[in-house]
Amino acid sequence: MKLTLKIWRQKTHKDKGAFVSYTVDHVDPEMSMLECLDVLNETLTERGEEPVAFEHDCREGICGSCGFMINGVAHGPERATTVCQLTMRHFNDGQELVLEPWRAKAFPAIKDLVVDRRSFDRIIESGGYISVSTGQAPDGNTILVGKETADQAMDAAACIGCGACVAACPNAAAALFTGAKIAHLSILPQGKPERDRRALHMVAQMNAELFGNCTNIGECTGVCPKEIPLEVIATMNRDYLRASWKKREDLEATIPPATEWSANRT
Amino acid sequence: MTLDAKIPSGPIELAWDKARFDMKLVNPANKRKHSLIVVGSGLAGGAAAASLGELGYNVKCFCFQDSPRRAHSIAAQGGINAAKNYPNDGESIYRLFYDTVKGGDFRAREANVYRLAQISVHIIDQCVAQGVPFAREYGGTLTNRSFGGAQVSRTFYARGQTGQQLLLGAYQALERQVRAGTVTMIPRTEMLDLIVIDGQARGIVARNLVTGELSVHIADAVILATGGYGNVYYLSTNAKGSNVTASWRAYKRGALFANPCFTQIHPTCIPVSGDYQSKLTLMSESLRNDGRIWVPKMKGDQRSPDQIPEDERDYYLERRYPSFGNLVPRDVASRNAKAVCDEGRGVGKSGLGVYLDFFDAIARVGEKTIRERYGNLFDMYQRITDEDPYKVPMRIYPAIHYTMGGLWVDYQLQSTIPGLFVLGEANFSDHGANRLGASALMQGLSDGYFVIPYTVGNYLATNKFKKVDASHSEVQSVVAAVQQTTDKLLSIRGKRTVDSFHRELGKIVWDYCGMARTAQGLETAIGKIRALREEFWQNVTVPGSGDDLNQSLEKAGRVADFFELAELMCIDARERNESCGGHFREEYQTPDGEAQRDDERYSYVAAWGYRGPGNTPELTKEPLEFNYVHPSQRSYK
Ligand SMILES: Cc1cc2nc3c(=O)[nH]c(=O)nc-3n(C[C@H](O)[C@H](O)[C@H](O)COP(=O)(O)OP(=O)(O)OC[C@H]3O[C@@H](n4cnc5c(N)ncnc54)[C@H](O)[C@@H]3O)c2cc1C
Ligand code: FES
Repeated sequence: MKLTLKIWRQKTHKDKGAFVSYTVDHVDPEMSMLECLDVLNETLTERGEEPVAFEHDCREGICGSCGFMINGVAHGPERATTVCQLTMRHFNDGQELVLEPWRAKAFPAIKDLVVDRRSFDRIIESGGYISVSTGQAPDGNTILVGKETADQAMDAAACIGCGACVAACPNAAAALFTGAKIAHLSILPQGKPERDRRALHMVAQMNAELFGNCTNIGECTGVCPKEIPLEVIATMNRDYLRASWKKREDLEATIPPATEWSANRT
Repeated sequence: MTLDAKIPSGPIELAWDKARFDMKLVNPANKRKHSLIVVGSGLAGGAAAASLGELGYNVKCFCFQDSPRRAHSIAAQGGINAAKNYPNDGESIYRLFYDTVKGGDFRAREANVYRLAQISVHIIDQCVAQGVPFAREYGGTLTNRSFGGAQVSRTFYARGQTGQQLLLGAYQALERQVRAGTVTMIPRTEMLDLIVIDGQARGIVARNLVTGELSVHIADAVILATGGYGNVYYLSTNAKGSNVTASWRAYKRGALFANPCFTQIHPTCIPVSGDYQSKLTLMSESLRNDGRIWVPKMKGDQRSPDQIPEDERDYYLERRYPSFGNLVPRDVASRNAKAVCDEGRGVGKSGLGVYLDFFDAIARVGEKTIRERYGNLFDMYQRITDEDPYKVPMRIYPAIHYTMGGLWVDYQLQSTIPGLFVLGEANFSDHGANRLGASALMQGLSDGYFVIPYTVGNYLATNKFKKVDASHSEVQSVVAAVQQTTDKLLSIRGKRTVDSFHRELGKIVWDYCGMARTAQGLETAIGKIRALREEFWQNVTVPGSGDDLNQSLEKAGRVADFFELAELMCIDARERNESCGGHFREEYQTPDGEAQRDDERYSYVAAWGYRGPGNTPELTKEPLEFNYVHPSQRSYK
């Protein structure tokens, strides 16, 4: 097949970007969307042009590196599929595909289809963990976790942090991402002691970043490659409300969003 | 040079206790005065950085991805072993130790493996406490399964995403230390060289992948946890970014590289479908618990699998290995698949594939049970191939998956450069010539959570550190060397892309130093690799500049190192005139085609030292002693 790819090109975050159209002949229906970009990039490179920058690593739908909009849909038309696992058989000969990066203030542009998602790391940093240092753990079987509970926690823990939820949300909210981590940890008995603190701090950080507010639209779960259920947002809201009600301590300061990539951090 | 593995004397069960007792400790108040560099944020690096931060050291952790959570460990599917013996089925520390030494075909160091088996039980406890959602029984206890041919159920798992969940546990522990201020996380930054001053590893030179800036980071010790080098084959199950650069630069600065030719080929991957193929997808080995592997008896049989009657099928593993059947170890399963395909009995368009058939399992336990066990894997297979494995047998073929070789380390996980420690897949230490399934996650976490926090302390407590800063002449010369390589790659502006070189290199290594090797083939490969490397340095093209995100430049640097590594792998494989584990030399096989080890002459670790460009590397041997598990021919018949 032959496809037209209309791709967002932007050299650095300081430059202005624009769409550029390319045609790719000989697209094999078996290849993945990223392999199709590889083929295009080989041609561009041979011509001495800069290839299209896009993020990827595992190419198995698990690392969460890849992701861009295809015709306005995060990760493209297939449900529960990242762009690295999206095969070209879902498109038709002659079709035009518009590829653009995740667009959200909290994900500043880096280059072409690559954006800066460190805001997600800062949300985790502010409380997305169980505070147990190495060596302190009791025998694994002293903490009993019913199968249903473990399964429910796993459903939430399956999040790959790709950012599709934010890109799809008209408000660019990070509620599904934050809710998934809060739900994963607060469902489990190990996570209970810090449940309030965690919800307060993570939500505070989410608000301090440039994400929008959740208005329960549900686009996020629709594009989520791991089909994280919308209930995690309800869990987050419940935990947050409960914690705000009981609040006994002052919140620690949130982490200032960083957008620069200076190398000389000491 | 002689190699001292520093194995503690006395009975093996007490070795680790003794080693820990003999180690000097760093006063708690002094810990934050020591700076440490951890390169890599996978299971090994993430666990190390978190644990060292918890102890109060001043840690900087680097990864080339945008977030530490994306390290290649995330892709591990099947599970992690531990000698818990929860199922009461005969497991013990000794058995896990025994199986690992035997599975490694008697080319691993006993003391390290024993320690790994001992520590395995603590890993599970730690991960449970962190909130890793391992599979559970209805009663709430942890579930185990048998994996990769083990005859006991010692594997813990979290659906088909065990690596992801373990890595997220380590990542969260790491982020907690970032918050606590003990760890500085530096993502999108690639280590490009090691700084060695007065014989001690004292820092790294790294490139910021967004701005292109080079930066110098000085510390009292450097810990590499940069993963394996399977991508030297171009097509592998590794993440696309996995590379050898950090280890290779350390090698060129004096660290020895051990057993580079010990690479593992995984038997169950989705076969190659075309030239554009960029990587291979693993289908978890757990599938072999229920799937039956077969090919048609007749050569070139073009019928669809449902048209081939039972008596015209060859269930070759069940036939040749009646007691282990489809569950023989990886190296044996892979080699047999290659053999039947070489005979012309392979299936699929390319003829490079064998069937993995669930028909009988579905008839026995029902589709629902099979769906519960493997649903996500079946979905993934269908997504990629557009075939429904509940109805049509899967097609699988072996692919490069793991590298047992790596930088040489002693019992303390210290390389031959004082102050340079190596953890996880990047070191060579525990798996000998073949790794058992579900043991890499165990080793990475053992190294990171439970070994390095002790051994690095001992190093810091027993050494003195001169003050060094970026103006030191040695530092300046390392920076200049890195800059020169980058400039060179950008200035060639030839005609061929980096990927086209990488693909061609990978094919050479796969053909001559893959599943089967011969002295003559390896000789040929060395010639071809050298010629191609020369062309690379004349004719590669790297568009763009060095001062913004330039993925071609990143790849070019990595491929340049793969060229040199590939040659060393072939030299090592040629030198080892025996077959063992994943290293199968066609000249050395038993009459019925099994690997023929030569313990008299090759019971050693081959550690190679760099001697400058164009010179043959120097081989140093670390003899292996087996005082507990006595070498025998592995038999799975
Ligand atoms: C598909 C697949 C499935 C697997 N399944 C299993 C399984 O079920 N059970 C099992 O036990 N094992 C499994 N393995 C093997 C196992 O996943 C790996 O061996 C293990 O995770 C390696 O961990 P690591 O921490 O050593 O390295 P990695 O996870 O590879 O981490 C390397 C880190 O180093 C960083 N890095 C590398 N180079 C540089 C550089 N130059 N500068 C800065 N940073 C750098 C990377 O950014 C990354 O953070 C599987 C492997 C694959 C490919
Ligand atoms: S590349 Fe890892 S999820 Fe797509």
